[in-house]
Amino acid sequence: MVSNTERAGWVLAFAAIVALAVPWFLWGVDRVVAGLPVWLWWHIGWMGLAALAFRLFTIRAWGLGVTVDGGDRR
Amino acid sequence: MTAGLQLGIIVGYLLVALVVGLVAYRATERTAEDFYLAGRTFGTVVLLFTVFATLLSAFTFFGGPDNAYSLGPEWILVMGLMDGVIFALLWYAIGYKQWLLGQRNGYVTLGEMLGDRFGSRALRGLIAGVSLFWLFPYVMLQQIGAGGAIEGLTDGTVPFWAGAALITAFMIAYVTLAGVRGIAWTDTLQGVFMLATVWAALAWVLVAVDGGIGAINQGLADSSPEMLALGGGAYTPQFILTFAISVAFGVAMFPQVNQRFFAARSEAVLKRSFALWPVLVLLLFVPAFLLGTWAAGLGIEADVAGGESVLPVVLAEYTPAWFAALVVAGAVAAMMSSSDSMLLSGSAYFTRDLYRPFLAGSVDERREDLLGRIGVAVFALAALAASVWAEAGGIGAATVGSLLVDIGDLAFGGFAQLALPVAIALYWRGTTRAGMFAGVLVPQLVYVGFNFLPETTVAGTTLFADAYLGWGVSLYAMALGALVTVAVSAATGRAPDEETDLYFGLGAD
Repeated sequence: MVSNTERAGWVLAFAAIVALAVPWFLWGVDRVVAGLPVWLWWHIGWMGLAALAFRLFTIRAWGLGVTVDGGDRR
Repeated sequence: MTAGLQLGIIVGYLLVALVVGLVAYRATERTAEDFYLAGRTFGTVVLLFTVFATLLSAFTFFGGPDNAYSLGPEWILVMGLMDGVIFALLWYAIGYKQWLLGQRNGYVTLGEMLGDRFGSRALRGLIAGVSLFWLFPYVMLQQIGAGGAIEGLTDGTVPFWAGAALITAFMIAYVTLAGVRGIAWTDTLQGVFMLATVWAALAWVLVAVDGGIGAINQGLADSSPEMLALGGGAYTPQFILTFAISVAFGVAMFPQVNQRFFAARSEAVLKRSFALWPVLVLLLFVPAFLLGTWAAGLGIEADVAGGESVLPVVLAEYTPAWFAALVVAGAVAAMMSSSDSMLLSGSAYFTRDLYRPFLAGSVDERREDLLGRIGVAVFALAALAASVWAEAGGIGAATVGSLLVDIGDLAFGGFAQLALPVAIALYWRGTTRAGMFAGVLVPQLVYVGFNFLPETTVAGTTLFADAYLGWGVSLYAMALGALVTVAVSAATGRAPDEETDLYFGLGAD
């Protein structure tokens, strides 16, 4: 089973992925870096990061919250 | 010549689809499970792309780039949050659980799964009825779009009704033949094709423009400097969140997407799909919407408000005619194929959850398979009749016809109203049958009421507006639905034939 700490960690991680998918802290910023607005670069990086986090989740904790043995590492 | 080329490409696509359909027909057993879910055998690539195909819509290639052209490229963020993140998490929380339940109990539709848990044929019928209420006009919108596109491409030689009828006839033949297996195969071909062409288009424009990206950004800075700043204009945080949340939840309850939750071959397929999904979303929307914004920086004139689309204009300006035709025809073909999936799922909901339980009683597998195919034809022909009638302005068409079009436009929000009651039922044993009925019906009525009743001011408060404090009414209705589901469940006891533990104690395979 996934430890309670890790369980809480995944909840926090998913919450952060949702909360910062739009970079609210760059609101109104129009700086262009390498041809694209800097917030678009954030988006590109963030989607990549989300994919990596999802991948790690499938390896370590798949089933968490859904199955009885959720997150059991097999 | 371009119109001829586009027509040629569309016809070519239809022929390829027909061949794929024939191959799929030969590979498909004559059972409903195989017809609707390909016997739950989809691998990663096919599953990913057949879900991805639902993103290949008119909005992706026309509406979205138009918004990016007139409002700025923030739509990319909306789609990233909506489809890339929230929908992916729903795919896990709702979709994975549905998949496990489908493996164990053989469910083919959402209504079936809920009806079983709550021991209620009426609930099963209600879920199907609500879904068809939103799906039917949405299919009409696709037919109206396709009929209009063909009329436009042939300069009116093929009138609207004939174009729409042709496309519908083809779809019936194709869907009844191919089933979901063939549809998913063409979805995969199309998805790969459209991803490649939209990136090629972006590169082509970049190379063709003198001074490249620097010149485009200079143009933006001169003409509309606010465009590159995050937010501003129409883009408020409320606007972004309303769209991202209600559409993401709506997508998960759209019949053709929800049914695909059941269709994966294995857990490994689901895991890989989950991890690859955000990347796929990124790869589609960034180039498609950037092209729209770049068009503004390049001084492209397109009357977006008047119904013109900017993407064909910018392609015509900077890429060869054959390439522009390829992209536009590919987009139209992709839109048509989304209708295929909707037709098939509409038929599944209709035959399995309405016709069979309420009218036909028990039928054997082969007969149910036949019924499914007849259902496709009935659903498609009814939608075609309504489309032609609405478009031709028949008796009452001006009001009822435009009403149907409005319903289609509101479909995502309408489906979103189903998501929270379903999620609560999946995760809370205390959910009761009465709670589900109330939780499904109340937000539907509120959402429809607030969108269709005229705004009225009562004692200084505006009733029936479509947004409050900047937040769309769909979000309020969703919250209300969750609240009603929980409150009514808490206040009522469980009905005798409910199976409270049905959704729990699931093990991975």
